[in-house]
Amino acid sequence: MALKKFVVGCFEDEKVLFPAVEKVRKAGYKFHDIYTPFPVHGLDKAMGLRDTSIHTAGFLFGMIGTTTAVTFMTWVFTKDWPLNIGGKPNFAFPAWIPIAFELTVLCSAVGMVLTFLYICQLAPSLKRHHFHPRATDDLFVMVFECTDKMNEDELKSFLANVGAQEINTQVAEEGWWIGKYGEDQELYKESNIA
Amino acid sequence: MSLTKYESQLREPLVMGNKTYGQVTQDIVHTIEAKPTRLWYIGFYVSVAFLMFGVYSVYREVVYGIGQWNLNRTIGWGWDITNFVWWVGIGHAGTLISAILLLFRQGWRTGVNRAAEAMTIFAVMCAGQFPIFHMGRVWMAFFTLPYPNTRGPLWPNFNSPLLWDVFAISTYFTVSLLFWYSGLLPDFATIRDRAKTKLRKRLYGMASFGWSGSTKHWQRHESLSLILAGLSTPLVLSVHTIVSFDFATSVVPGWHTTIFPPYFVAGAIFSGFAMVQTLMLILRKVMNLQDYITLGHIESMNKVIVLTGSIVGCAYLTELFMAWYSQVPFEQDIFFKYRIAGPYGWSYWLMMTCNVVSPQLFWFRKLRRSVMFTFIMSIVVNIGMWFERFVIIVSSLYRDYLPSSWSIYYRPTIWEIGFYLGTFGLFFTCFFLFAKYFPVIAIAEIKYVLKTSGESFKNEMSALETKQVDEFIHEIHGDHRAEGSVKVAHH
Repeated sequence: MALKKFVVGCFEDEKVLFPAVEKVRKAGYKFHDIYTPFPVHGLDKAMGLRDTSIHTAGFLFGMIGTTTAVTFMTWVFTKDWPLNIGGKPNFAFPAWIPIAFELTVLCSAVGMVLTFLYICQLAPSLKRHHFHPRATDDLFVMVFECTDKMNEDELKSFLANVGAQEINTQVAEEGWWIGKYGEDQELYKESNIA
Repeated sequence: MSLTKYESQLREPLVMGNKTYGQVTQDIVHTIEAKPTRLWYIGFYVSVAFLMFGVYSVYREVVYGIGQWNLNRTIGWGWDITNFVWWVGIGHAGTLISAILLLFRQGWRTGVNRAAEAMTIFAVMCAGQFPIFHMGRVWMAFFTLPYPNTRGPLWPNFNSPLLWDVFAISTYFTVSLLFWYSGLLPDFATIRDRAKTKLRKRLYGMASFGWSGSTKHWQRHESLSLILAGLSTPLVLSVHTIVSFDFATSVVPGWHTTIFPPYFVAGAIFSGFAMVQTLMLILRKVMNLQDYITLGHIESMNKVIVLTGSIVGCAYLTELFMAWYSQVPFEQDIFFKYRIAGPYGWSYWLMMTCNVVSPQLFWFRKLRRSVMFTFIMSIVVNIGMWFERFVIIVSSLYRDYLPSSWSIYYRPTIWEIGFYLGTFGLFFTCFFLFAKYFPVIAIAEIKYVLKTSGESFKNEMSALETKQVDEFIHEIHGDHRAEGSVKVAHH
């Protein structure tokens, strides 16, 4: 947990946002993040984010599901308790395909959702600082972290030039904490704030 | 996953009216923020009453045993399994809309997917009750699970379609729930950030898992939805396939056919879309969502209904043909003496009328776009599809191989009917709560299609529509840098 200073600029239209993103990158500023109310396609590329590899997690979890199902059923019916069912073979692979498939899908889906929640750090009762309440409604909120190397006022006027509407500075906790929305919390003792 | 950004005006707009992002939020969320209407209370309490009657019916079945139902030899499956298959089938439309139409890039799914997925989840919840309580000793239900036990361990029979069902239905429920909820996270965050009251902020804050709308999160979210859709697509097909295996792998005449899996899947989608129509038509009227669930949406769904209805019709005729062609006397008797004729003949013809004949009226555009006609048809189709399962189950069972074991006429008891009504209660209780406390339309997804498929944005394209192709392409390429939102697929 650490308090940090952020410069925030809001955009109302993606038509303004996209060129602004390009200009910001050209000027050499580094994004903290852009918060959008819906998935804006191409924004991740425009910001220079790399592709997600969450699907790899899905594949791996799926494979775990298949292997578990097939090895378990094989073990049960050939080793642990071979049962004569109408004289049919004990290793009845075709009959196990449905369960193997279901387990693949189940493991893959559950595993991928849990991976998603973990890498995005989302969970019930987690709370974050939201830079603008309309970021989940109709605003595209561009956030920069203030570092020693950059000039805050320069950045602000730059943002105004590229079309940002509301521009302000916010001091906020960067990560999540456990808390309830709708209640103000004192995260830091006054003396600790630099 | 980027869809074509420019859409022809020939395609109907998906969102009517002159909407901004803010208005979309307002239109969908305002019912959550308002007090429930009197109509909502009436509907909710009626549903709860039905649910209570169902609970009592089930209570009697658990306490006094399966004899509370009129199941007998040889009709060991009756209303309960009919209802089970019916409810599972209804669930299929939700997954089809949310998953298969996502893969097919059908933009119109955005208006109806949230409510349809909710319908799926509630329908599967209802469906699950029937096989569980049909076990008779419901406290033994966990015996179906392969856990290390003190009886050997004695494992369940993995070769049995009934066990496949356990896996299929529970997987289907879990995956649908995950898919639905992951889509809900951003919308809960929208409600949270608008909330004026402390309690609402807190509850939706909890439900939204601290969603912030970060671009990286959205990127992962999109990828997650796409893969979940990819998983759900074969899953939904497998679920009804496995349900049909309950019948098809047996040696009962009328059940033992290879046509069952595709026939059941088509029937499931058919009945599911009918249920979606029933719910959506009420929803859009009561909640004033005509701008989001447009006549175009209704027409698209009716097209699916007429397609799947025709597939089902082909399957019925194929079954009759195969019964004759097989030259198996038992098969022929079941179909020609006891299914289309005999004491249960009426149910067969009711099914034929509702499922095969009446949906053909949807070939007329005027009827496809008529709200009242669609509503009536949606009910008719669901009655027909209920009777389809009833016909398959009962008419194959009531005449066994030996005339000495032929059954008396099977009628349900009040407790069997009560159980069915109870699941309606469960379904609608859940659906009323959903309609009040959840965003019934995927807000973020509507916003995503708004700039390309909204009515006002389509009108802006009028100038482009008149241009020559060369001119158009040139212009789009030139404009791209200045106007980020106008892009073509082949750019």
